Amino acid sequence: MKRAFPIFAVLTAALLAYGLYQALWVAPTDRLQGDVYRIIYYHVPSAWTMFSFFALNFVSSIVYLIRRNPRADAVAVASAEVGVVFNTVVLVTGPLWARPVWGIWWTWDIRLTSTLVLWLIYVSYLLLRRFSSGGQMPVLAAALAVFGALDMPLVYFSIWFFRTQHPQPVIGGGGSIDPRMLQVWLLNWIAFQCFGLLVFAARYRLEVLSQEVEEMQALESLLEVRGSR
Amino acid sequence: MSYLYAAYIITWAIHIAYLSSLARRYARLRREIQELKRH
Repeated sequence: MKRAFPIFAVLTAALLAYGLYQALWVAPTDRLQGDVYRIIYYHVPSAWTMFSFFALNFVSSIVYLIRRNPRADAVAVASAEVGVVFNTVVLVTGPLWARPVWGIWWTWDIRLTSTLVLWLIYVSYLLLRRFSSGGQMPVLAAALAVFGALDMPLVYFSIWFFRTQHPQPVIGGGGSIDPRMLQVWLLNWIAFQCFGLLVFAARYRLEVLSQEVEEMQALESLLEVRGSR
Repeated sequence: MSYLYAAYIITWAIHIAYLSSLARRYARLRREIQELKRH
């Protein structure tokens, strides 16, 4: 695993660089929007990557609630953090695309608002973990994560079921896209998914290490108390 | 074009900021482990 990590990191870096080159210089220019549409090559893959990590957080939180396995808790916190990073990218790149295309930075339509709410839910989850302590904290966090995940279908399906300012789904939604654009889109999604996995692996390792340090510190203070008696 | 470049630059700024926060947390944890080993 330790040897595979740097190889995977180099491959991911190459994939990201190739994806960037394709997105900026190879993909055809959109007839209506011009070059600014190229923001979708970062915006949409980031959104898909975000969903995958929040889904992982949901599954691992359920596993933690059932089995109380600390490794499941480590997966949950690591995936939530990586998901929030990608959610932040989505919330920043969206308005940067909307301003020149719609003429406004933001509108309170259901897709945009539910995505912002999703970000707020997982930031609350991380704040809860950061600023509370005690044995019940991971249980409370896991419960919050399970309820928070209910917002995910709302975000995803909002553009299918509601009339929104946000563009309707292109893939699987009856829309059409130039195959060359779709290729670059998928390439960038794979690249960001690999990048997310790398960051997730590093964050998971950090969480497992800090769990071990906490156990060692607890053991040390127990030994000190016994020694002083 | 400035919106396009801003989006790409900000995306990488967010990722780099997060990666450096991870590196800082790793360094702090390593110091804690060293201290525990000394005890």
